[in-house]
Amino acid sequence: MAIPILKQGPWLIASIQSALSDSEILALRDDLADMVGRLRARGIVIDVGGVDVIDSFVARSLRTIAMTTRLRGAETVIVGIQPDVAVAMVQFQLDLEPLHTALDLEEGLEVLKSQTNGAPDHGR
Amino acid sequence: MDTDGQAVADVAAQAPEVDTTLLRDLVGHLREKRPDLRQEWASRITDAQLLRVMRPDEIFSEVTAVYDNYVDALETGSVEALQAYARDLSERIVRRGVETHEVLGIVLLLRDVLARALFVRHQGDPELLNRVLDVYEPAANRIAATVGVSFVEERERVIREQQAAIRELSTPVLQVRDRLLILPIIGVLDSQRARQLTEQLLHAIRENRAKVVVIDITGVATIDLTVANNLVQTVKACSLMGASAIITGLSSGIAQTLVDLGVDLSTMQTVGDLQGGLEEGERLLGYRVSEVVSPAADGAA
Repeated sequence: MAIPILKQGPWLIASIQSALSDSEILALRDDLADMVGRLRARGIVIDVGGVDVIDSFVARSLRTIAMTTRLRGAETVIVGIQPDVAVAMVQFQLDLEPLHTALDLEEGLEVLKSQTNGAPDHGR
Repeated sequence: MDTDGQAVADVAAQAPEVDTTLLRDLVGHLREKRPDLRQEWASRITDAQLLRVMRPDEIFSEVTAVYDNYVDALETGSVEALQAYARDLSERIVRRGVETHEVLGIVLLLRDVLARALFVRHQGDPELLNRVLDVYEPAANRIAATVGVSFVEERERVIREQQAAIRELSTPVLQVRDRLLILPIIGVLDSQRARQLTEQLLHAIRENRAKVVVIDITGVATIDLTVANNLVQTVKACSLMGASAIITGLSSGIAQTLVDLGVDLSTMQTVGDLQGGLEEGERLLGYRVSEVVSPAADGAA
C-alpha cells in the first residue's frame, strides 16, 4: 500500500500508519523526491506515529530521504516516534542524525518554519 | 490461614478421647523437661551453625518463647497463637538476613529433640511409644509447616513492600512550566532503574507535550560507565521525541569520573545546578522571568 503524501502550503506531510515493508519505504523515498521537485516543497514532515518498530533499514532509509530531499531544497522532520521505539533506537544505536525530530505534526511544522526561516520561498 | 486451623482441628477430631490423656501426659512431660530440652535445642542450633546473625542470648530467649508456644500448640491443637508469634518473630529476623533454610532447620531440630526425648522416655514400652508418636507427629509436622509458611510469607511481604517503595521513589516527573519538565534523580542509578526512568520520562514528554526536560542528578552519589551511557541514551531518546534534555547537578566527582571514563558528552547539555537548568530551559522556551518591582522601591529609585 502506497503511503499517502499530503501537500499543505509549502510542506509535504507523509503519515506512516503501520509497519513498513522495505519496498514501501523505497517507494516513499522516490515519491517524496519526485514531489519535492514537482511541488517545490520546502519541508517534509514524516509522521511515524503508527510504526512500532524502527530497524536499521528504516532508520537508514529515513536518513537517505532527508539527505536526498535536502539536495532538492527541502528539510525533513521526523515526528511521532513512540517512547518505546525511542528507547529501542538508542539501545541499538540507531541514529537519525542529521535529521530533525519533533513530538508531533504541529511541532514538526514549527521546526520546519524555524529551519527554513529566511530561505527564499520561490516567490510564494 | 484459616485452613491451617481447620486442618489442625481435623487432626484433633480424628484423634478421639483415648489420645487426650496421652496428649496431656505428653505435654506434661515436655513442660517438666523444659530446661533440659530447651538447652539441648539451643546448643544443637549453635552446633548446626544456624542463626549466626543472632547473639547466643538472643537465640536463647527466642528458643524459650518458641518452645513454650510449641508445647501450647501441641496441647491445644490450635496453631493460631504460634502462628501470630511466628509472624512476629519473622518480622524481626527477616530484616536481619535470616534465611528460610535456617528457620526450617531450627523448627525441625526442635521436632527431633522432642521426639528423641519421647523415645528415651518410652523406651521400655514400644507399643505405648507408637501411640505417643501417633499423637505427636501430625501435630509437630503441622507446627513446623506453620512456622515455615509464616516466615516465607513475611519475607515475601517485606520484598513486596520494598519493591513498591523503590518504584515510588524512583521517578517523579514534574511539570514546572508549560512544556518544561524536571526529573530529579535521587539515590543509586542502575541499568534497570535508568531504563525505567527513561521510559517514564518519554511517556511524560508525550503526555505533557514537553519541549525541554531538566534532569537533575544532584542526589546521585556515584556514576559508572554503564550509567553514564544510560544517561547519554536517555538524552538521545528525548531528542528523538523532539525534546531537549538538560542535565544539571553534576558533582565535581561525577564530572571528573565522566571525563576519565571518556564518555562521549558532546550530545549532552549540562548546567551547574537545577536553578541554572531551569533558567536555561525557560530561555529555550522563550520565557522571561522578571522580578515584580514594588512601588516603594520604584519610588526610591
